[in-house]
Amino acid sequence: MKKTGAQILVESLVAEGVDTVFCYPGGATLYITDALGECDIRQIVVRHEQGAVHASDGYARASGKVGVSLVTSGPGATNTVTGIATAYMDSIPLVIFSSQVNTALIGNDAFQEADIVGITRPCTKHNYLVKDVKDLARIIKEAFHIARSGRPGPVLVDIPKDVSANMTDFKYPDKVHIRSYQPTYFGHPGQIQRAMRAIASSKRPVLFTGGGIILSGASQELTKFAEALSIPVTNTLMGLGGFPGNNNLFLGMLGMHGTYAANMAITESDLIIAMGARFDDRATGKTDEFAPHAKVIHIDIDPTSISKNIKVDIPIVGDIKNVLHKMLDILAEEKDFFKGFPESIGEWMKKVAKWKKDFPLTYQKNGGLKPQYVIERIYDLTKGKAIIATEVGQNQMWAAQFYKFLKPRTLLTSGGLGTMGFGFPAAIGAQAAFPKSLVIDIAGDGSIQMNIQELATAVQHRLPVKVVILNNGYLGMVRQWQELFYEKRYTWTSLPCPDFVKVAEAYGAAGYRIDKEKDIDRVLKEAFSNNQPTFVDVPVDPEECVYPMVPAGASLKEMLLV
Amino acid sequence: MKHTISVLVENEFGVLSRISGLFSGRGFNIESLCVAETLDPTISTMTIVTTGDDMILEQILKQLNKLINVIKVIDFRDTDYVSREMVLVKVNADEKTRAEILRMVEIFRGKIIDVSPRTYTIMITGDEEKLKAFLALVRPLGIKDLVRTGPVAMARGDKTLKTKEKQPKGGNGDG
Repeated sequence: MKKTGAQILVESLVAEGVDTVFCYPGGATLYITDALGECDIRQIVVRHEQGAVHASDGYARASGKVGVSLVTSGPGATNTVTGIATAYMDSIPLVIFSSQVNTALIGNDAFQEADIVGITRPCTKHNYLVKDVKDLARIIKEAFHIARSGRPGPVLVDIPKDVSANMTDFKYPDKVHIRSYQPTYFGHPGQIQRAMRAIASSKRPVLFTGGGIILSGASQELTKFAEALSIPVTNTLMGLGGFPGNNNLFLGMLGMHGTYAANMAITESDLIIAMGARFDDRATGKTDEFAPHAKVIHIDIDPTSISKNIKVDIPIVGDIKNVLHKMLDILAEEKDFFKGFPESIGEWMKKVAKWKKDFPLTYQKNGGLKPQYVIERIYDLTKGKAIIATEVGQNQMWAAQFYKFLKPRTLLTSGGLGTMGFGFPAAIGAQAAFPKSLVIDIAGDGSIQMNIQELATAVQHRLPVKVVILNNGYLGMVRQWQELFYEKRYTWTSLPCPDFVKVAEAYGAAGYRIDKEKDIDRVLKEAFSNNQPTFVDVPVDPEECVYPMVPAGASLKEMLLV
Repeated sequence: MKHTISVLVENEFGVLSRISGLFSGRGFNIESLCVAETLDPTISTMTIVTTGDDMILEQILKQLNKLINVIKVIDFRDTDYVSREMVLVKVNADEKTRAEILRMVEIFRGKIIDVSPRTYTIMITGDEEKLKAFLALVRPLGIKDLVRTGPVAMARGDKTLKTKEKQPKGGNGDG
């Protein structure tokens, strides 16, 4: 039976198991909008297309499934770019369907025309312009396959309006074969052996793990491996939750705002075992002085991440879960290999434990309400079981430092691109994936205003997301740099904000304000249990800084402490 | 250091832009780039001459391989290969110089492909050194115009550009 392009799209989404899409209509989406109106897929209409992509991103990060968004042509499509770039940097599987003007009009500067395939080429894993309805089903199949396989990423499919109206025979392909795309899933056995030998002979090993652990679903294997050998673990921001934050071997996050123990362990290590981390500058500090005494093993599914920023001695290209399985097999089968382990690294473990004990994360307890304390309370009250989204800046770093992430996919944060305005729509997407979970966005007064319009979406779709606004009246992270490096000239960063309680109420959501430290628990408990989208405005000490801090361009051991 | 790379790609619209965008976006150099269809009309070959140290070249090769439309990347670094380029050059040619130009064209096994009362248009093919030598010889006569194709390259001997399947990327363990 012949079907329209729009019907093909809908049936393909069903075939891919898509249960929720985030969307915004326009002239070019009309056939698609109409076809979706008759199906069971949940459609969450946002208030800005950037919010649609972030929401689908939050959905994907929390659930591990591909996030899907649909938008119109021209400005609808260009509004998705920040969302797409955010997902691309953090390797999040998304499929974005943009509509396009009629094929006959493409290139004519038609109304609401934008070359979105051209615009998104550098920030998608791949993208397509569908020129013929006969190609549509195959392209959708490929798009989902590319988005979720290998190193995941966003894929955009641009569908001209006439293609969505034209008819053709439809059968969703069961298989996909792209001759030019064959990711490597299994690490080279010889390289894995080399890596294991290097680990066995190391004296000061550190596991340095990133978002790849979470994407690969390898956190149990990682935990098993680290515990079997008693090797300390540090995470990148994207890696948090990949190893239990309350485990004894956990050093905390490394990098610019990493813990003293993590940064010192990296600096003094003789063997870095990196897994699914891409040696971002925020994690490494000055690259010349990163782990100066260490050999580096790097396991990653993406060969381009290996030896890009830091020279790697033992590269292993493959899916981390597979590689870790292989490594655990070697541990079990070749016990002689690790004779004397972990006693042989006993000195090192003592040293690491001392760093942890002498220089824990802390903050000064005088002055106003401390943002770090608020996050500690959120952790205690939720027992670490909430899904936490963050915005970007101080709120993000404090959340990373003071909330202990116990499980993968419980932290949703824009690590690579650092997109303000990400957290709130991402939290909405996560709440759509897990309606019964407690989803909290830890925000600042600056970043919450970058996608505050999505409060209408949360209210309309009854998604009871909680937003805790650490309100310091500044763009705090930039202000911190101005305080430390620009003689306290707070140019552009002191911004008055609206009354967030009234804003929440005006949207039909709940709003609270915490003025006194003693009210924190009571108000947060109420906010977390009220089953409504909720803003909690917390005026905090306005000039609190994030510490430790490695100044830009310095090496990891040069930390400013509290 | 100059490097020559061959890239087999799907013969689809937008592929050239993906490749050139990769180079510009990551700050890699393109000295020259030459694209055309292969025996299999669904595949094109791009011959790219680029510059950079070993680490940069490594990244270029990996990043090219990562593009979905790229079927295979061939790095000629450690292979014996031939590379040829064509240049069309329009030089001043009057009664006094015509004979000499003809002789030079013959020595370099080129061709005169267009003649006007005051100019010759010459076609020369060869490797970079040969073209450089020829251009140095005709430069004093006055070069009016010049276009070059950029080199195309091929491995010597029996080696061919196999196009059946993409190799598992980095499957040899060293990325």
